[in-house]
Amino acid sequence: MAETTSTAPTTTDLVRGTLEGRRVNPVNTLVSGLLLIALLSSLLVLAVLLADVFGKGWGLLTERGADFLTTPLSPNAVDAGIFQGVMGSIALTAIVIVVAFPLGVAAAVYLEEYAPTNRLTQFITTNIRNLAGVPSIVYGLLGFSVFVNLFSGATGGRTVITGGLTLALLVLPIMIITTSEALRAVPTALREASMGVGATRWETIRHHVLPVALPAILTGSVLTVARAFGETAPLLLSGAVLSLYFAVPPEAGFVSLMTEQSYTALPMIIYNWARQPQEEFVALTSAAIIVLLAMLLIVNAAAIVARDHFERKST
Amino acid sequence: MTQEPVTEEHRTVNADPTPSATDAAADKLRDVVADRETEGPTGNSTIFGLRGLTVYYADFRAVKEVTADIRENEITALIGPSGCGKSTVLRCFNRMNDLIETARVDGSLTYHGVDLYGKNVDPVEVRRRIGMVFQKPNPFPKSIYENVVYGPKIGGMKGNLDDIVEESLRKAVLWDEVKDKLDESGLALSGGQQQRLCIARAIATSPDVLLMDEPCSSLDPIATLRIEELMLELKQDYTIVIVTHNMQQAARVSDRTAFFTVDVSDDGQRTGKLVEFDVTNRLFTSPSKTETEDYITGRFG
Repeated sequence: MAETTSTAPTTTDLVRGTLEGRRVNPVNTLVSGLLLIALLSSLLVLAVLLADVFGKGWGLLTERGADFLTTPLSPNAVDAGIFQGVMGSIALTAIVIVVAFPLGVAAAVYLEEYAPTNRLTQFITTNIRNLAGVPSIVYGLLGFSVFVNLFSGATGGRTVITGGLTLALLVLPIMIITTSEALRAVPTALREASMGVGATRWETIRHHVLPVALPAILTGSVLTVARAFGETAPLLLSGAVLSLYFAVPPEAGFVSLMTEQSYTALPMIIYNWARQPQEEFVALTSAAIIVLLAMLLIVNAAAIVARDHFERKST
Repeated sequence: MTQEPVTEEHRTVNADPTPSATDAAADKLRDVVADRETEGPTGNSTIFGLRGLTVYYADFRAVKEVTADIRENEITALIGPSGCGKSTVLRCFNRMNDLIETARVDGSLTYHGVDLYGKNVDPVEVRRRIGMVFQKPNPFPKSIYENVVYGPKIGGMKGNLDDIVEESLRKAVLWDEVKDKLDESGLALSGGQQQRLCIARAIATSPDVLLMDEPCSSLDPIATLRIEELMLELKQDYTIVIVTHNMQQAARVSDRTAFFTVDVSDDGQRTGKLVEFDVTNRLFTSPSKTETEDYITGRFG
């Protein structure tokens, strides 16, 4: 019996011979190694950045605590806070959401669900993609010439409204693109099912297409708003100031703060503080960056919670 | 008339003690229709009148000059090879082709004598009267109850919605399986149950006609059998037009069968056309066209 197996290999042996090849595939190992290095190097840069920022700013943040957020800006590093910046950023973000979200979603619904596919709509779609790639400083110029000069009657010139509208314009193309993609991902079978029982186009969109696309629309929108939150360049041209001193006291309330004087935003403060020669501002800058990152994180987390909520609702 | 000798000859071959595989297939079909009437149901009036119906997708002519009369309270099967335009024709009956921007229809298609493609016809109203069941079960990602109730609700139907849901699910022979979980997602059901849910959804609006586009192609044989039984029951109240790839299915359920095929022109353009439209029994036992015979005996397609 032992002899027969050694001279004439059984089927099992033959199959084992072909299946149990080299355990290590060198090309495979090399590729996965390179890909891992690519991932680690990008993470490493981020880690170094975070370590640097936290190293310089964490001490000041823990020492000052919530006071840092509620203390107004000041030329004296010792008692400088970021109050006006936080308020300005919140106001800007609110304007961006109120203006860009409904406009962007509506434009995308028209493009995807109503507009005929012809040269004109293709031209428009291509140009929306181009607009999404336009540098933000150009939007700043646009905001300056349109909202500061042309429509100063409505916006009041260099106000937080001008800044918010400029940022809304900046993110509008991205908002349209992400919503379009979310709508395109909704299967045709769902539209057919709805139209098949006698729903109109709008009923189909409102009852079936939008609810299914909503989680993806929300995710895209939040990433878009987060981008607006961190923008500095367009604000430089549309009225935000790089001042270290504001006349209206924090106690005056949100509305007075936003209307009775120039506005500023968190990224503007970071930019301004980073230019100051005094050593103390280094810690202040880093602390402000940590606050900015924390606020972004909160916005993103809220988006994830909202998306999960709507995803569960639609299945 | 010239086809007649061919058919006769073919029959003689069938009598041979060792029939070929293709003849066996044809025999099987004949067995299925053997106990069915040759003349088909009489007295049913025309519901759809097709006169030279031609459908284009942009410059592509998908199907040309279809002329046929589809009758009330019958099951009409559209069969034929892939690309013969049977689904395209079916999607004209409820203006579903409107969803495809480039689709264009020539010739005429009447429903109870009214031109469906007439200027003042509202496709939404058409679809409320002519329901559709699709190839792949496509329930809404909502509860079973909401799936069924959606059509009546947007259609502003009077009456108790709960009753409509129960009645529709009962007609679709799904009630007993889902009555205790009406608020569960329609997507949680099995494929066969999903398709019956889609049928319940389609009949909830009390349509006149049910269009079915290969309703069993993604179902297993048992689920297929249930849908077929269901069709035979629904025939009492509805007119059913079904597209199927499965000739056995057409033979089992339909009263009349339309056979479509593809014409390939010299420059390679493929256009679907209606070859033969007859009572199912006659079409499968003594087709008048060679093309039909070749298809049902498996020599083509």
